Amino acid sequence: MEKEQKMIYLDNAATTKTAPEVVEAMLPYFTEFYGNASTVYEFGAKSKGAISQAREQIAGAIGAKGNEIYFTAGGSESDNWAIKAAAEAYRGKGNHIITSKIEHHAVLHTCQWLEQQGFEVTYLDVDEFGVVKLDELKKAIRPTTILITVMFANNEIGTIEPIAEIGRLAREHGVLFHTDAVQAFGQVPIDVDACNIDMMSASGHKLNGPKGIGFLYIRKGVKIRSFLHGGAQERRRRAGTENVPGIVGFGKATELALADMEGRAARERELRDYMIGRVLKEIPYTRVNGHRTERLPNNVNLCFQFVEGESLLIMLDMKKICASSGSACTSGSLDPSHVLLAIGLPHEIAHGSLRLTLGADTTKEDIDYTIDAIKETVAQLRKMSPLYEDYLKAGKQ
Amino acid sequence: MYSEKVMDHFKNPRNVGEIENASGVGTVGNAKCGDIMRIFLDIDDNGIIQDVKFKTFGCGAAVATSSMATELVKGKSIQEALQVTNKAVMEALDGLPPVKVHCSLLAEEAIHAALWDYAEKNGIQIEGLEKPKSDIGEEEEEEDY
Repeated sequence: MEKEQKMIYLDNAATTKTAPEVVEAMLPYFTEFYGNASTVYEFGAKSKGAISQAREQIAGAIGAKGNEIYFTAGGSESDNWAIKAAAEAYRGKGNHIITSKIEHHAVLHTCQWLEQQGFEVTYLDVDEFGVVKLDELKKAIRPTTILITVMFANNEIGTIEPIAEIGRLAREHGVLFHTDAVQAFGQVPIDVDACNIDMMSASGHKLNGPKGIGFLYIRKGVKIRSFLHGGAQERRRRAGTENVPGIVGFGKATELALADMEGRAARERELRDYMIGRVLKEIPYTRVNGHRTERLPNNVNLCFQFVEGESLLIMLDMKKICASSGSACTSGSLDPSHVLLAIGLPHEIAHGSLRLTLGADTTKEDIDYTIDAIKETVAQLRKMSPLYEDYLKAGKQ
Repeated sequence: MYSEKVMDHFKNPRNVGEIENASGVGTVGNAKCGDIMRIFLDIDDNGIIQDVKFKTFGCGAAVATSSMATELVKGKSIQEALQVTNKAVMEALDGLPPVKVHCSLLAEEAIHAALWDYAEKNGIQIEGLEKPKSDIGEEEEEEDY
């Protein structure tokens, strides 16, 4: 009997496997040290100590201080908090916010909601590689601009934004700068001071940590208020009993990511570029989306002309490969990904996108198997595609 | 998200391909919305659909509805084929997720478009057949899911 194909997980931008060391670090905080950190007795202090250790681990990873890290339930909460609370706190100064067209929906939909509340939002264009246009940013800053929010790295195409330049422009104009670093934190080095970052969102489950835990970095002196009202947790800025196991796991995941960041990035970059190279060479009518070098080490994003992304995903799933797509069918609407449209792709090309995001366990064998599977699947789908038929016929005339 | 029938027709689509010198060919949908279906009909002198093939660019549901629609019209008369509605296609597939209903409309429309092409080529009128819309996707876009 043929050996059953193992699952190949290439959707690490969606979520990652919790590392065994992380789970191990978390376990005692479920069953043994389950005390509430806000209590007086010694037992509760165990939890409190674990929280502050994780806070220091995370602060150290981005050049911040422990009291500038606020734990939340994840990236979406952090984005919502940063943007809505900044809008509220700085409304006296102005009502203008600048963001980009390729942000995560946690940022975009928050900005759109603020527009309904009377704020004005500028959505910056990006170039064909997905890099925010700095000259447009310069022109967009007004006396009433109170916040610039641009992601550190894009979740779909992996492009790393010129965060240091954006931070410098924000600082020069006295505008608050928030960055959604959910995809970047733990993957690439981040220094909040060097980049003039005032607020930053991150999430635990993107770096082999647990789900349901995130943080918002808030630079000392930034005046935003509480988003969740209640108890005095998180220096009175985020109420709710702390998710101690989650926080401990997030701290451990950060420690692990930091310890091997360069080595892992180098390994992933090599596999990534190998994959991109082989696909472009072996599958015709294919393009790479995103920047070729200013790119997350684990991100591969491709478009296969004449095929549709969801069909491709289902067929890859049949071969035990987990990936994602920016096609309309996977977004729940009829429009393909806003990111792919923003980099200038026509709809029909954007429908044929495939995102593969590597993880710590990804091997060259996995990549070779996946490329062969993609090759076979794309050929199969093209054979039944009327667009391909038309293209071939037009070529023959 | 898909029924077993949909998955079966996606994994093993029936009647994929093209028919050379087909009696009628219909193409509907648009690439902008991510779905294009083309149906080829071979209709004999007695008005019976002897053979049918399809090609589809689209999601799993688009492929499955095309496949099912070809199965439902094969061997049927033109009038019988006209009775193959999107509802019939959906029922035969044990249903579709709400966001994919437009795929079944596309399948119905593709058959009508192929029949329309047949009628035009032969200078005949098919009772009950209206000129098909070539662009189903656009108006569906307005729908609020």
